Amino acid sequence: MSANREQMISMYSTMLRIRHFEEKVEELVFAAKAPGFCHLYIGEEAIAAGACATLRDTDYITSTHRGHGHLIAKGGDLKLMMAELLGKKTGYCKGKGGSMHIADLDLGILGANGIVGGGPPIAVGAALAAQYKGTDNVCVAFFGDGASNQGTVHEGMNLASVLKLPVVFVAEYNAYGEFTCQADHQCIESITERAQGYHIPGISIDGNDVMAVFEAASEAVGRARQGKGPTVVECKTYRIKGHYVGDPQVYRSEADVKSWQTEDKDPILRFKKQLIGKKILSKKEVEDLDDSIRKEIETAVRFAEESPYPETKDLLTDVYAG
Amino acid sequence: MSKMNMAQAVNNAIFLEMERDPDVLLLGEDVGAPGGVLGVTQGLYAKFGAKRVIDTPISESAILGAGVGAAAVGLRPIVEIMFCDFIGVAMDQLFNQAAKMRYMFGGKAQIPLVMRSMCGAGLRAAAQHSQSLESWFMHIPGIKVVMPSTPSDAKGLLISSIRDNNPVVFLEHKALYGVEGEVPDEAYTIPLGKAEIKREGKDVTVVATAMMVSRSLSAAEKLSADGISVEVVDPRTLSPLDEETILNSVRKTHRLVIVHEEVKFAGSGAEIAALVAEKAFDYLDAPIQRVAAPFCPVPFSPVLEDEYIPSEAKIIAAVKKAVRK
Repeated sequence: MSANREQMISMYSTMLRIRHFEEKVEELVFAAKAPGFCHLYIGEEAIAAGACATLRDTDYITSTHRGHGHLIAKGGDLKLMMAELLGKKTGYCKGKGGSMHIADLDLGILGANGIVGGGPPIAVGAALAAQYKGTDNVCVAFFGDGASNQGTVHEGMNLASVLKLPVVFVAEYNAYGEFTCQADHQCIESITERAQGYHIPGISIDGNDVMAVFEAASEAVGRARQGKGPTVVECKTYRIKGHYVGDPQVYRSEADVKSWQTEDKDPILRFKKQLIGKKILSKKEVEDLDDSIRKEIETAVRFAEESPYPETKDLLTDVYAG
Repeated sequence: MSKMNMAQAVNNAIFLEMERDPDVLLLGEDVGAPGGVLGVTQGLYAKFGAKRVIDTPISESAILGAGVGAAAVGLRPIVEIMFCDFIGVAMDQLFNQAAKMRYMFGGKAQIPLVMRSMCGAGLRAAAQHSQSLESWFMHIPGIKVVMPSTPSDAKGLLISSIRDNNPVVFLEHKALYGVEGEVPDEAYTIPLGKAEIKREGKDVTVVATAMMVSRSLSAAEKLSADGISVEVVDPRTLSPLDEETILNSVRKTHRLVIVHEEVKFAGSGAEIAALVAEKAFDYLDAPIQRVAAPFCPVPFSPVLEDEYIPSEAKIIAAVKKAVRK
């Protein structure tokens, strides 16, 4: 299925929202306002935006340590996200989770995850529940090329295949597992080769082409909804930023990174050109959208900065459910 | 009341809860059609079908993860990790995911998951099928740890565990499966975090878990012939731990012996000893004694395994040391 005009504008907005959010987060980390470890999604926006555009609120996702993009694309509230990143009481997790642990169960966001490969088994469980309850809800498990070497991903794929569960495994091949380039951490060219091992259909696409992501995800989500089981959708992309904010990135050259930031490769610049070319948006509309999204981010930052920190008496709450 | 062994009591608890609550399902290796590796889940597949009693591949991470994900979105899964030794390949899903989701997500998640697992030595199953690892699980905030010693406790505690809104690790000592006892027929609960005094006494408190409870009771019986009155306390739940029952018993007897099957070093007994030292030191009339496995893997040869598992004789010796007789 191809995206319609409205969906295209929505996906573009999502990508832009992620980009501006992440740029602001980087700034806040460098300004020592956002504590801890932050992993940015810049350059990979088309994947979250394209895949989540095929989902409903009642569908689930599991995310990764590089999760801000997934959460935004699934409808996460920017104010609550930003407050969480700043460790504030008003954040999604009341300041107890931080960047790597944001969740919104009401939106089906089963959590970012600090453990590489931690999400896919949980995605399998959510899909099992969807099937068990007789719904046609699905779960998208986002994971990277690095995570594809974890046993949890393999076990998750196998169990989803055996039980024909409605899971879409979205492999974000961003060319690096932390500091190690893909060719040095696995001897395959595509993660879809691993899908074959579990008798799961696999498709590999240009992950910087949001329309391609949308189409592939639509098909995979459709199969899942119809009870035809899991699919692996590999989205080839490139991690523009380091593993974490502040990563000196001695393992690659600036030229390599720059080669992915051109009008032909950067997912947002590419899509903008397409949208203007197809007269879906005018240049003025693109500028207006950019302005309004920047304002959303500023509002979120202001909310976060003006919010109180948790009180130390909150330390021991929410360890157990009553 | 019916006479049941512990395997039957566990089976009965699962049966009743699955009958009562359609959100309860069971997943694990060979739990379905085969009825469990030691037969504990027999009959459940026939009654509830493949949708609710799910045979999984040998994939502990996927089994536990599936339980975590299903629990996070509203089901109440019981997952079986056949032997607790097998948790090693799947620990992340338990201690980083299940245990922490509620806290990490600011109290918005709840994970009503039961992980049943066999523990304990005595079946000549050697180092990777015989361990007692309760202290591993106790160390993780966010999960509860239950360890029954009798069929009736197993049934009531398992029903409570299934109804609990937190991840619960439910450890079943495999050598107790065949031990019989009177078990009420209806569904009933025993609160988690509540110890039981299995035998009242006044000279010394013995805190024991799982298979060590019956061994301590038998030791107590023999010691009574020597004029030593032993109180045996079974915590039943190790996390949360019923501190008050243990402390009150020590305040009464002034002496404490802790008996468990896991290794002594950094074992659950160390926590109980520290608790009493911190909160009831002034009541103690003698050093705390611990009877536990030595610091080595569980051996295979019967001669060695029998030496490894704390014996009645060792319990008796420890009690005599505590009462200085």
